[in-house]
Amino acid sequence: MKRKAFQKIYTQLEGITKATVSLKASGVSNDELATVDGRLAQVVKTKGETVTLQIFGGTEGIPTDAEVVFLGSAPTLKVSDELAGRFFNAYGEPIDGGPEIEGDEREIGGPSVNPYKRRQPSQLIPTGIAGIDLNNTIVSGQKIPFFADPDQPYNNVMAQVALRADVDKIILGGMGLSNDDYLYFRHEFERAGALDKIISFVNTTEQPPVERLLIPDMALTAAEYFAVDKNEKVLVLLTDMTLYADALSIVSNRMDQIPSKDSMPGSLYSDLAKIYEKAVQLPDGGSITIIAVTTLNDGDITHAIPDNTGYITEGQLYLRADPDSGKVIIDPFRSLSRLKQLVIGKQTREDHNQVMNTGVRLYADAQNAKTKLENGFDLSDYDLRCLDFAKEYATRLLAIDVNISIDEMLDTAWELFGKYFTKAETGIKQSLADKYWKN
Amino acid sequence: MKSTGKVTGIVSNLVTVETDGPVSQNELCFVTSGGVRLMAEVIKVTGKTASIQVFESTRGLKNGDAVEFEGRMLEATLGPGLLSSCYDGLQNDLTTMTGVFLRKGEYTSPLDHDRLWDFTPIAKPGDKVVAADWLGEVKEGWLPHKIMVPFSFEGEYTVKSVTEAGQYTIDTVIAVLTDEKGEDVNVTMTQKWPVKVAIKGYREKPRPNRIMETGVRVIDTLDPIAEGGTGFIPGPFGCGKTVLQHAIAKQGDAQVIVMAACGERANEVVEIFTEFPELIDPHTGRHLMERTTIICNTSNMPVAAREASVYTAMTICEYYRAMGLKVLLLADSTSRWAQALREMSNRMEELPGADAFPVDLSAIISSFYARAGMVVLNNGQTGSVTFIGTVSPAGGNLKEPVTESTKKAARCFYALEQNRADKKRYPAVNPIDSYSKYLEYPEIQEYLSEKVAPGWVEMVEKTKNIIRRGKEANEQINILGDDGVPMSYHELFWKSELIDFIILQQDAFDPVDSLTPMDRQRYMLELVLDICDREFTFDDYEKCRDAFKELINLLKQMNYSEFMSENFMKYRAELDAELQKLTSAAEAA
Repeated sequence: MKRKAFQKIYTQLEGITKATVSLKASGVSNDELATVDGRLAQVVKTKGETVTLQIFGGTEGIPTDAEVVFLGSAPTLKVSDELAGRFFNAYGEPIDGGPEIEGDEREIGGPSVNPYKRRQPSQLIPTGIAGIDLNNTIVSGQKIPFFADPDQPYNNVMAQVALRADVDKIILGGMGLSNDDYLYFRHEFERAGALDKIISFVNTTEQPPVERLLIPDMALTAAEYFAVDKNEKVLVLLTDMTLYADALSIVSNRMDQIPSKDSMPGSLYSDLAKIYEKAVQLPDGGSITIIAVTTLNDGDITHAIPDNTGYITEGQLYLRADPDSGKVIIDPFRSLSRLKQLVIGKQTREDHNQVMNTGVRLYADAQNAKTKLENGFDLSDYDLRCLDFAKEYATRLLAIDVNISIDEMLDTAWELFGKYFTKAETGIKQSLADKYWKN
Repeated sequence: MKSTGKVTGIVSNLVTVETDGPVSQNELCFVTSGGVRLMAEVIKVTGKTASIQVFESTRGLKNGDAVEFEGRMLEATLGPGLLSSCYDGLQNDLTTMTGVFLRKGEYTSPLDHDRLWDFTPIAKPGDKVVAADWLGEVKEGWLPHKIMVPFSFEGEYTVKSVTEAGQYTIDTVIAVLTDEKGEDVNVTMTQKWPVKVAIKGYREKPRPNRIMETGVRVIDTLDPIAEGGTGFIPGPFGCGKTVLQHAIAKQGDAQVIVMAACGERANEVVEIFTEFPELIDPHTGRHLMERTTIICNTSNMPVAAREASVYTAMTICEYYRAMGLKVLLLADSTSRWAQALREMSNRMEELPGADAFPVDLSAIISSFYARAGMVVLNNGQTGSVTFIGTVSPAGGNLKEPVTESTKKAARCFYALEQNRADKKRYPAVNPIDSYSKYLEYPEIQEYLSEKVAPGWVEMVEKTKNIIRRGKEANEQINILGDDGVPMSYHELFWKSELIDFIILQQDAFDPVDSLTPMDRQRYMLELVLDICDREFTFDDYEKCRDAFKELINLLKQMNYSEFMSENFMKYRAELDAELQKLTSAAEAA
């Protein structure tokens, strides 16, 4: 961070906690950046003459006579086309050995789009994964997280989805990524030869947790540059938002705020919404789509982080290991894409809606049959057919390693319906069954 | 002299101000920061220090910034032109804002001051009038929009003059009134009212005595909401709260609909902007947007304005109610509003109640719900505000402060259930847990008997009973196994499934099935109950299941067909034939 001439320097800290320092200073504005002993910090509270600063890098080793310099503005990012293909840290500084970016300096975490100026998302983003395209279709301008236990291959699925998606830019915001995962992303992007359309902001586990708080805003400021200024279709990947929320709770805890559910700050909903709501379909064709990862603690979605996320995002994609097919599948019951109705049957075949619902309903019948089986009851002929159907349905459609077109997914589903059921058992609208039924 | 002050502390959007004069609770003020004026509201006063919540981002605000107090509370501007508008929580018109992004400190006028309205006088010189009495009317779309004596006028006035019929702007003086002291006051077509105060100006608030149709079977048939009633829809995310609320907004039998999108997703509001102008109101044949006002404070918009948004919405509803209209208010979601209260209470370091919510949460919620209701106006006509709010319980657990407080305040409860949503049984309203207290009102029972069918409430009770018994039977089957229970259990279970599939489940995305008028609901319920009344004899449970699946399939095809159309009757005939087959088999046995 550059110093400007005639800056007032303070050298008397009054208090130090693990994440914040406080001192007496004047003329300081809210959200302003400062450096404390060379580390970047941000004003989070003023009370009378006392100013509280949040130190992104942590306060370890900061002395009470540390030099504090206020920088006069909120955090910024320089934006230009030079961003493409580059890797940055949480402060927007290059970490790939390349040169500094020249461009327009913008405050991160800027204002929201006027809801009236938004357009309804309407472009399907095909991923080749039937658990997504068939059952939970993603639309440009949507925000949707993967809910996954830490042992599931969520980063791999996300990288695959990103590389298959038809977008102009992909922006990765990595929070608390392990170094291995960071290198995995880098390697995958390079291997796909897609590096020139990818921009990464990365905070690894080796770096201080509070720094993570800057990552989403950095990534989204870059995204807004391409979507608003350049009318491009931008896909933003945020992983892992649970670690972001953990960093929020560290800061609020240090500021003596009363925690609400699960020791999360009471403002968690608004904090997360400010990030996710940056997903937008703009009037001039640009769009920002956000695919995030929220890791769960043993599948518990009632925890404050996934719970608040679920209320904000437009659905969720639930990863689950399926013992019957031996694959990781996208759970058809708990997963949901709220915007799918905008494209289903409009940009896809007319039978999409009914095929989707019928498939999931029959899969639910199979779960009931399974419960019966586990309780030691005899299964009816219908139950047995349901179980066979479920296994094939999971393997050929729900598994995350599927990569086929949507028409192929629909045809596969009809094939399975015809193989295991009668028309009446599926309860599909007569006119569609007449047209597509396969024996 | 207005009071002024200086900023002395900032934590996010809670700002403390050192004042130089009197300030009042909930008074509006403006903070000037970097040449931009930001609106704020006083929420606490200690000595000379006022705590204010700023309705915008406080980034860049400094200690020492100037504050001017306004001497009034947050007010809604009322007048012709409210309908088909889209406002933020502070009633800024979002459609007239420039730029793609919301700029800090940009405030726009809620009403168009240049537009001309066709005015027709109602009152005559010499008439004695009080607040809320009608002086004249203009046509707002197809609705008669009454121009009233401002609600803030106290005592009796004599009409001195009323402007003759003609075209005027909202700022034109359309009447001159003389007060009891003989002083003249001018009345224009617009007035202001503080949003946190309920608008009175009616004679009485009787008990609701008729139902409001929504076209949603699980509501209208099983747990109807009264016109002027209150209801709430709690449910975990992904259970279809918003889809259900939009269905009610599209189909609800009300003349004015106000939708408050409070701390929810922006794309949901965009859906309303995109779809409503295209949609036709099934009751009047007019465009839906003509009767709709949208107040939107989406989740990324400033938190403090979120709280204001529900009050602004309610004030607009009460304004239209005073014109003798049927108004429906939908708020999605009241939990976000409660969370906004929590964030503020938290920053003020108040002692927290349950889940860190403020301790007076319950009182705030119930006094808000109490603003709904049917009223008899001074002229004997009636108007109503029906209010349906959604609640987003944390973790889907209904034992949390917002749900519990709302349960005490609202009369109808539509419990959305994860389990039903998982099975894609939409709308996922649990028929057993949900209730409508209005079914217990004798006047509502009478109304239903007369308007829908004699003995309707008994039929509804019977339906619910079959659902309950079917559930018990299903539990027994699951415990004892298909072969471990008598055939009658299977039959009972499948009868409840029949009700579930045909009456409860409804396809909100199908043009025909999504809206079921009351006469059709009656037809289908009678048909379904007739089947449930029959005794069947099945050889085994698989035959029972197959037979009912076939019946369900045929009835579902009927639900998808235009009422009484050729197709509809075709499926009806097939159904009768199928039933005939089953009944004769039973008789033969």
